[in-house]
Amino acid sequence: MNTSDLIVVGGGLVGTALAYGAARNGTRVTVLDEGDDAFRASRGNFGLVWVQGKGFGMTPYARWTMQSAAQWPQLAEALNADTGIDVQLRQPGGFHFCFSDDELQAREARMRSIGDALDGDYAFEMLDHASLKARLPGVGPAVAGASYTRMDGHANPLKLLRALHAACRHHGVRFAQGSRVTRITPRAGGFEIETRAATWHAPRVVLAAGLGSRELAPQVGLHAPVQPNRGQVLVGERVARFLDHPTTYVRQTDEGTIQLGDSLEDVGLDDGTTAEVLSTIARRGVRSFPVLESLRLVRAWGALRVMTPDGFPIYQASTQCPGAFVVTCHSGVTLAANHAFSIAPWIAGSAGNGVPAGIQSFSGDRFLNGNETFHHAH
Amino acid sequence: MPTDVRFRSLVPADASPRGEPMVTLFFDGRALQAPAGCSVAAALLANGVSTFRTTPVSGAPRAPYCMMGACFDCLVEIDGQPNRQSCLVAVAEGMQVKTQAGLRSFDGAGTVIAEEAAHVE
Repeated sequence: MNTSDLIVVGGGLVGTALAYGAARNGTRVTVLDEGDDAFRASRGNFGLVWVQGKGFGMTPYARWTMQSAAQWPQLAEALNADTGIDVQLRQPGGFHFCFSDDELQAREARMRSIGDALDGDYAFEMLDHASLKARLPGVGPAVAGASYTRMDGHANPLKLLRALHAACRHHGVRFAQGSRVTRITPRAGGFEIETRAATWHAPRVVLAAGLGSRELAPQVGLHAPVQPNRGQVLVGERVARFLDHPTTYVRQTDEGTIQLGDSLEDVGLDDGTTAEVLSTIARRGVRSFPVLESLRLVRAWGALRVMTPDGFPIYQASTQCPGAFVVTCHSGVTLAANHAFSIAPWIAGSAGNGVPAGIQSFSGDRFLNGNETFHHAH
Repeated sequence: MPTDVRFRSLVPADASPRGEPMVTLFFDGRALQAPAGCSVAAALLANGVSTFRTTPVSGAPRAPYCMMGACFDCLVEIDGQPNRQSCLVAVAEGMQVKTQAGLRSFDGAGTVIAEEAAHVE
């Protein structure tokens, strides 16, 4: 029987974190994963577990992000215990570089605004060039300064995805690959979920299908108006450790690889790369750390972020079709701990009927007011 | 884990299969012969080289696996440049090839950063 307690539509970072969180509490979970023809945002991200700058204009998102970053060590430990995979979590604090005094002032205003909204519970520092150089000696003369918070970190996102899959299997989660969901029909006592090859049943379903959730949500009375937003990343050769701290434009992975990012482009469903954007990314990397001029590049990729109109996540339970949920965000790495430990028990019903604290602001219904316009510049 | 070299050249290592001129290159100082146009990786294998690099983590020896630019197991230093994929570089007369031990580091301006890295793992 294709019956579970919970069906998760989507096998990326969001879907597997939810499946893992539910299964470790004893829920029988099936993950329907579209397959490698999907847009796979989880295979194309930068790997930051990032707090600073997030939640400008939406304080609950700042709190939500801080909570997840704080719970991340617990997630990394649990995954390691279940799978033996070290996802290489490092949280040494992160830097955001600014290339002019104007940029630095704007950054300070933004950080201060977030901090004020959190009643000061937001330790950050603004560093001028000299004090930044004292912390990161390799930083170039073009960098005017940086903001820093000790809350920021990074992980190896591919190891995270692999660990989540392995941990799901460890807890008995069933994976159905090549299962693009074509239709979800509410039935008495649950949902009938159709793929080309099979029909699945469960009393609960959560849409974690990234860009695919947009089409599926209305079938269960939900609203998830997500759009693709492309980011391009350059990957350099592996070199001896030269940078311990993650930064928004440059990071070095546990294995020595240099990643340079990123970009924001509205180009629809095109995950290609362009020489123009990549050269801008390369130039910014070299301006950040001049030593990177001698770095040999190995590959580049484009990937599509899953963006809501305001850039913040959607967490919503359907009132029209009880038992259906949607979870979507563009920070699947940073928010993985919250998804596993807070959202999953709520969706699985194992946390009583309690809604996780602080997620009331993330209903998809906030986009139903047609008179409002949104910006996702965070 | 040491493995037998499975590479078998169809022609003697010092003979040119289709009449190409032979070039001399050096591997860790040892003079080797290879036909022009041949990749550095093929030239080393044909001359019996079984360790191209060692890994940064365990120091395990590595030799080419894919011979088409995907596996990065054939990394060597070529004419002073580390991290070259020897399967993607053609041999040249007088070329100096060296075993690569572990990760390359940035030289020159990179030493500033390398000092910072010295006190971490």
